[in-house]
Parts: sequence; structure tokens; C-alpha cells
Amino acid sequence: MTGLTAPLASVGRSTLQFLASIGRVSLYVVQILRHMVTPPFYPEELLKAVLRIGYFSLPVVGLTALFTGAALALQIFAGGSRFNAEAVVPSIVAIGMVRELGPVLVGLMIAGRVGASVAAEIGTMKVTEQIDALLTLSTHPMKYLVVPRVLAAVLTVPILVAIGDSIGILGGYLVGVTTLGFNAAAYLQNTVDFLEQWDVLSGLIKGGVFGFVVATMGCYHGMSSARGAQGVGRATINAVVSSSALILASNYLLTSIFFSA
Amino acid sequence: MIALEEISKTFGTNQVLRGVELEIATGRSMVIIGGSGTGKSVLLKCILGLVTPDAGRITIDGQDITTGDRDVMLSRFGMLFQGGALFDSMPVWQNVAFRLLSGRLRRSRDDARAVALAKLRRVGLGADVADRYPAELSGGMQKRVGLARAIAADPEIIFFDEPTTGLDPIMAGVINTLIREIVTELGVTAVTITHDMSSVRAIADDVAMLHAGKIRWTGPIGAMDDAGDPYLEQFVHGRAEGPIEALR
Ligand SMILES: Nc1ncnc2c1ncn2[C@@H]1O[C@H](COP(=O)(O)OP(=O)(O)O)[C@@H](O)[C@H]1O
Ligand SMILES: [Mg+2]
Repeated sequence: MTGLTAPLASVGRSTLQFLASIGRVSLYVVQILRHMVTPPFYPEELLKAVLRIGYFSLPVVGLTALFTGAALALQIFAGGSRFNAEAVVPSIVAIGMVRELGPVLVGLMIAGRVGASVAAEIGTMKVTEQIDALLTLSTHPMKYLVVPRVLAAVLTVPILVAIGDSIGILGGYLVGVTTLGFNAAAYLQNTVDFLEQWDVLSGLIKGGVFGFVVATMGCYHGMSSARGAQGVGRATINAVVSSSALILASNYLLTSIFFSA
Repeated sequence: MIALEEISKTFGTNQVLRGVELEIATGRSMVIIGGSGTGKSVLLKCILGLVTPDAGRITIDGQDITTGDRDVMLSRFGMLFQGGALFDSMPVWQNVAFRLLSGRLRRSRDDARAVALAKLRRVGLGADVADRYPAELSGGMQKRVGLARAIAADPEIIFFDEPTTGLDPIMAGVINTLIREIVTELGVTAVTITHDMSSVRAIADDVAMLHAGKIRWTGPIGAMDDAGDPYLEQFVHGRAEGPIEALR
């Protein structure tokens, strides 16, 4: 009897745990939004967070985008040549980067870089009683730590996406004109002609959503970090894994909302 | 007066506090002793509202701490945390002046810095420390900065959580003297947690011993040595043999 019900019970238990964590994260999001619109505000903390999340992520975003754009151009050239459609390289690189690869790659890079560092920082503050110290100094950690990081991510990730898009297209262009034999002026003309405003805008909106996801998961896991160094390590892993998964899932959701019509 | 009535707290299956009864008189220095892990820090956190007790009532001058404005209540407190809990993202002076840089006690940046420098001087640190970061300081200096932060906004009540743990005996003596001076000078109500008997003798007006989730004994420091309580005696003299079971 127990042999039969044990697997069922375990499935039930993990389903319940999963639902409970969805509930907790939803409540957390509601709290963040509430604290975002009620004073006091900490503009100085926001500025620091923008600098850390935005500026210092530039190198990794640039490198990733450059190589991805270049590889994309090679692939599309190879694929396109099977039915004599090599000429589509510039426009497919541009559309692919701007709609899909730019936001997703930047999102995943940010999840690794910012999600991990936010979770580790806040987790360390939790286990070294700095969060308690904030509270006794009449400062709400949600307003002082969480809201500035979330806002900063929502504001800066779209900018990083725009930069990533441009560098990715540049990567494709460099490969296109140096090794695939495209004419430089024609490549650029093709890129510009076929790119629509909504292609770019939809990617930037994705970036904002991914920024929210990464910062929220970083803060959530940091704040719920267990005691000790091991607790912080686990919080960091959870932040990166959950925000990466959520980015890919919400990317599918957003794409289907934006482009299925 | 701070009064704790029947305070209980359980974490999971770990019953930490089991009905703590304690009164801390205004303007006196109370020291709470007890073994590691007996719940001394949890007790302080209950009073500050950082941990919510499962049962019981805490009042300050007759007012229940769960009623009324929390900000107003907290602005009467200063706290030195066990590990210092300095904010490592900001320089020492901003740590000390934290309360004065935002919120209801906000002052101009220059004023806040001046106060921070004065408080640092009071705990024996020079202006050269003000712009350094907490991680660059020795353990003793970090304790002093924590002390300066605790007194920065002129509190009426100060909590010290294991102020001498991790320090060498000489530095511990210095910190003990400093705490005693500050408590006397500011006329505050102080609650110190420790398992260091030299701290007890240097700082206490009154002593309470926490054991097995309850206050085992409480009384003025003068009565401690002839209290005749075997648990208290074992702790005070640091004996391995006695009613308190030590893990070995
Ligand atoms: N936030 C918490 N969650 C779970 N257990 C806790 C928490 N805080 C304290 N404890 C447990 O309560 C007990 C008392 O802790 P503490 O008050 O820090 O002891 P001490 O008397 O050494 O200060 C310990 O067993 C500790 O593991
Ligand atoms: Mg403790």
C-alpha cells in the first residue's frame, strides 16, 4: 500500500511546495510594488545600483553580443546558401538580434552577474545581522535595498539590450563584409530597411521585464538566505537558476503575446 | 522600565524561550548571562521587534511595544550587534551617522559627519578612521565603531550583544570600561548580554541568568556571589561539574 502511495505523496508534496513558493514570490512582488510608490525614497541608492548593474555589465554584454552576432551571420549565410538566399543575412541578423537574442542573452548575462551578486550581497547582510541593524536604525530593507535594485535593473537592462543589439549587428556586419563578401554600404542599407520600430521596442520591453525578474529573484533569495556561509551560497545558486529559468519562460510568453497576432 | 511577561519563542522544534519574566529598571545597567545558544540574542531581538515572540507581552514604560509608532519606539534605542553588523558598503562615518542621514532624525551631511566624528572620538577613534571601510579595521576597532553607531542618535536605551566576544583580554577590558563610562555618562538604561564574567563585574548594576528558556536568577550584582543558586554558581565560577550539563 505504502509502496504505491509513496511516489504519489512525494509528487503531491513537491507540487504543494512549488505552489507555496509561487505564492511567496507573488506576495513579495506585491510588496516591492507597494514600497516602490510609498516614501521614503533613496535616490542615492538608486544611482549606485544603476551604476553597478548598468555600467559594470557593459563589457560582458558587449563581448557576448559581438560574438553572437558574428556567429549568427555565418550560420544564416550557410543556411541561406542552400536555397540561394544569402542576401537575407543582414536583415535576419538584425531581426534575430533585436527581437530575440539581444534581450535573452543580456538577460542571462545579467542573471549570472547581477542576480548572483545581489543575492550574495543581501544574503551576507542577512547572515551578518546587517539587515537587523538596518531595521533597528528605522530603515526598511525593502525600501533601502530592494526597491533601488529592482528599479535600477528595470531602467538599465533595456539600455544594455539596446547596446547589445547594436554590437551584435556590428558583429554580423564585420563578418559579413570581411569574410562573406558583402558590400559595406549595401549591408547597412539592408539592415536599416527591413528593421521595424516594433522589432526594437519589443526587445527593449523584454529587457525591462528580465531586469525586474533578475533583481527580484536576487533580492528574494538573498533575503531568505539561511544562516551561515552555506546559506548564502545556496541563495546565490537559487537566484541564478530561478531567474534564468524565469527569463526563458517569460521570453516565450512575451514573444507569443507580441508576435502571435 | 522594560517589562517582559511570559515571553516564549520556538524555532521549528527548538524551544528557545519558555516563559521569560524580567523587569529592567530605567537608568540601570542590566547584564544577562547564560550559555551559548540559550537564546540571549533572541531575547533582545524580541524587545526590538526583530523577532516576534509566540506568546507573552513586552512593555516599555507601560506601553505595549506592538502598539504605537515603531519608528518612534526604535529611535529611542541603540544597539551594538554581536558581530558588529557594520554596513560594509559604506565608510565608517556614514555607518555611525546612518540614522542622521535619512528618515525622521535627518540632518545636513556636514552636521551628521560632525556628530559621527564626535562619537568616534568618544570611543577613542581618530578622524583618520572616519573615511575607511569597516573591513579594513581590526576587531576591536569594529566594536568601537559599532559602539559609536549605537550612541550616535543619543538613545535612552542601549543594548550590547556580547561586546567583548572575540577580543583579547586587554581590549575586552578597554571595551568594558568604555561601556560602563558611556552608560553612566548618558544616564541610559542598558542591557548587556555576555558570558564573560569580567564584563559582568565591570558593567552590571543588576544581573539576570537565562537558563533552559527561563530567567533562573535575577538580582543586584552585589547579591550574585552569595545567591546560593547552584546553576548561577556553576556559571559564575566556570565549573565543568554542576547542575548545568555541558556537552563534551
Ligand atoms: N532566526 C532564527 N531561526 C532559527 N533559529 C534561530 C534563529 N535565531 C536563533 N535561533 C536559534 O535559537 C537559539 C538561541 O540563539 P541565540 O539567541 O543567538 O543564542 P545566544 O544565547 O548565544 O545569543 C539557537 O539554537 C539558534 O540556533
Ligand atoms: Mg548571541
